[in-house]
Amino acid sequence: MDAFGFLLEGFAVALRPFNMACAFGGVLVGTVVGMLPGIGPINAIAILLPVIFVSGVPPESALILLAGIYYGSQYGNSISTILLNVPGTTSSVVTAIDGYALTRKGEAGSALAMAAIASFVGGTLAIFGLVLFAPALAGWAIRFGPAEYFALMAFAFAALAGLSGAGLAKGLVATGVGLLLASVGLDPNSAVPRFTFGELRLFDGLDFVVVTIGLFAVSEVLLLLEEEGRETRTGVAVRKVMVSLQELLDSAWSLLRGSLVGFFVGVLPGAGGTIGSFVAYALEKKISDDRGTFGKGDLRGVAVPEAASNSAATAAMIPLLTLGVPGSATTAVLLGALLGLNVTPGPLLIQDNPEVFWGLAASMYLGNAFLLLLNLPLVRVFVRVLSLPRWFLIPGVAGMSFVAVYAVNSSVFDLALMVGFGVLGYLLRKVRVPLAPVILGLVLGPLMEKNLRRALALSDGDWGVLVSSPLSAGIWVLTGASLLVPAGLALHRRLRRM
Amino acid sequence: MRVLPERSCWVFPLTVVLIVLASCRPPESDRGWECIAPANPGGGWDLTCRTAGRALTDLGLAPGMVRVTNIPGAGGGIAFAHAVSQRAGDGNVVVAASPATVLRLAQGQFAHLTAEDVTWLGAVATDWGVVAVQPDAPWEDLEELLNQWRSDPAAIVVSGGSAVGGQDHMKVLLLADAAGIEPQAVRYVPFDGGGEAMTALLGGFVNVFSGDVTQADGQVQAGNLRVLAVLAPERVEGALSSVPTARELGYPVHWVTWRGFYLPPGVDEGSYRRWLEVLDELAHSPEWEEARLQARLSPFYMAGEEFQEFVHRQVSEFRRISRDLGLIP
Repeated sequence: MDAFGFLLEGFAVALRPFNMACAFGGVLVGTVVGMLPGIGPINAIAILLPVIFVSGVPPESALILLAGIYYGSQYGNSISTILLNVPGTTSSVVTAIDGYALTRKGEAGSALAMAAIASFVGGTLAIFGLVLFAPALAGWAIRFGPAEYFALMAFAFAALAGLSGAGLAKGLVATGVGLLLASVGLDPNSAVPRFTFGELRLFDGLDFVVVTIGLFAVSEVLLLLEEEGRETRTGVAVRKVMVSLQELLDSAWSLLRGSLVGFFVGVLPGAGGTIGSFVAYALEKKISDDRGTFGKGDLRGVAVPEAASNSAATAAMIPLLTLGVPGSATTAVLLGALLGLNVTPGPLLIQDNPEVFWGLAASMYLGNAFLLLLNLPLVRVFVRVLSLPRWFLIPGVAGMSFVAVYAVNSSVFDLALMVGFGVLGYLLRKVRVPLAPVILGLVLGPLMEKNLRRALALSDGDWGVLVSSPLSAGIWVLTGASLLVPAGLALHRRLRRM
Repeated sequence: MRVLPERSCWVFPLTVVLIVLASCRPPESDRGWECIAPANPGGGWDLTCRTAGRALTDLGLAPGMVRVTNIPGAGGGIAFAHAVSQRAGDGNVVVAASPATVLRLAQGQFAHLTAEDVTWLGAVATDWGVVAVQPDAPWEDLEELLNQWRSDPAAIVVSGGSAVGGQDHMKVLLLADAAGIEPQAVRYVPFDGGGEAMTALLGGFVNVFSGDVTQADGQVQAGNLRVLAVLAPERVEGALSSVPTARELGYPVHWVTWRGFYLPPGVDEGSYRRWLEVLDELAHSPEWEEARLQARLSPFYMAGEEFQEFVHRQVSEFRRISRDLGLIP
């Protein structure tokens, strides 16, 4: 029987009423949980796990439910990102750039609808990829060693140099701040504390959620407070709650490219899920930002990272299911869940538990459809947040930030840190330094350092290892091109003008 | 166009409030037992707390549900500091621990805190260390690998899921030491957890994987991995039962990744005795047996005085090795 025959059987599994209910419940819980950053899918899954173990649900149903939470939360997070500028995952930091700009232009409805559609497209395409290429891709992903990861990080930095269009110098300053923040904590290879000042609570470094919510949400609250009494920004009329066919057609290629890039980057265990949307957004900006609208509220700027992050989230299941290697923190929890249900992930999963693998694939398809059906009508409900009076909204955002950060580690210390980063974010915004590159530095910095040091440890100190494989050499060529081509084009234009 | 009534604007804040309420922890109370997992949900310590907590509840040994609190950070350091400074004398709480805790204490990674600051209660199960290679690796058995290692230490690169000086590094150093290989010559590359270290082996970036039975089990069944030796005193159950122990092969090295608990300092004698009785009943119950098998762990029970001594012996041993290696002054 070929893959599609199996997939049909998978649909037979997924279409059982109970499993449909599981998929629906999963995406619903995921959406709600995702709206509040900090709690996140990891905690939701971990809290549900013991309940699932005890209740004796069949493994495929349990997996369908948990996977539903996983990608439901991916979408849920885009809601608070777009409406309130409170991103809770690395991928939604990218969505915040154009998503929040759209909200301020009064197009929050379109942005949310586009996010839902993009999630659906990205997720659905990635499932096709999962069904068709899972075993082959898994083999490809493990060939991706430290040197290749390092090259990929360098590429991400190079491609994102002008991420939010505030000029190269300010972008570099912001990235530098991010890298500096990233160096706090135990050094990843030898566990030597750096910039911890003997404070145990800094040993794990600065938590992504703490920094992000401080920089984005708390600084937003400060800005809103400052504007109090002047024009009311939150009173912007939300004109529509759907995207027009024309807008959809305009974004079609962006959606496809975003899904594709997200998928291939997402397959890579360890880093993929994190940087899929960064890389996709950067590429898209280079390819199609001909009018300079990216970063100022372009629907495609929402479509690309959302498609990419959902596609990457699905692709991250490939190394988990076929190799038993989790590609992200959430899939690591899913791995624990699978083992607890007596399903051993790995190459034998598809043979030994076909109903689990194909049922999951089919249910992910249904889950994505549920996600779209659930969220498109709800967009008009969500955008009403913006018509909340300011006396409610400002403390609301502040309260939500505190809860979200406290939920991560139950630590008051983190709250103090968050407020500190809020002030930092406020100052940076006052001098128009973009915030997204700070997060980029914070997230990619440690990955880059770890992989560089691993690569050098593997080669016994020979720097040649960084370019020795065709794969890494290819990525370096791309990196060079992404730096030189725009510069060359600019030079060309200037010469022509002379 | 107004499709929904005005009231619907409350849906969002209401949802937020509900989530907030749902994520709130119940207030501290004298009743009820608590297990602190010094890591995020999903990790080994979390699993220890959740499985043991459930078994205690099922057995009727605990008054009601055992509450699991996650206090992640600093490899267990935050929870350790919390137990010492804020829970001293609290007889209703245990903290999950493993040799990772002991190792960090031995290396002074929990600031000024030491293993003497808490009461080590006992261990109820264990994982054992393994040394594994790719299925088509040139070495038939451990002896062949060690032979090449002795003659050309630079040719062998080991991956593991802990930082330099961590558990996966230590166990391979102990083996090297027993085999007459200079520990400083061992090339160890740290990865983020056993999964990534395993991927590095499968991808051919390293020759040897240093990890635990539970990490290797599934990959061995899938034919992705060949375990050369289990670092245990006796053979383990399950997929690795045909693999010899290092001891059988002439290298008396074992690495016991026990799963156990400690109590905060200053717990009264009565509570301590009660915990010991409960732990004893738990460890010998069929419920725990089942939970242990599901987690693929091996039997290992040690408690009370014996366990205290065991932990303190581990501390001095870890300290000696770390010092020999120049990891600590």
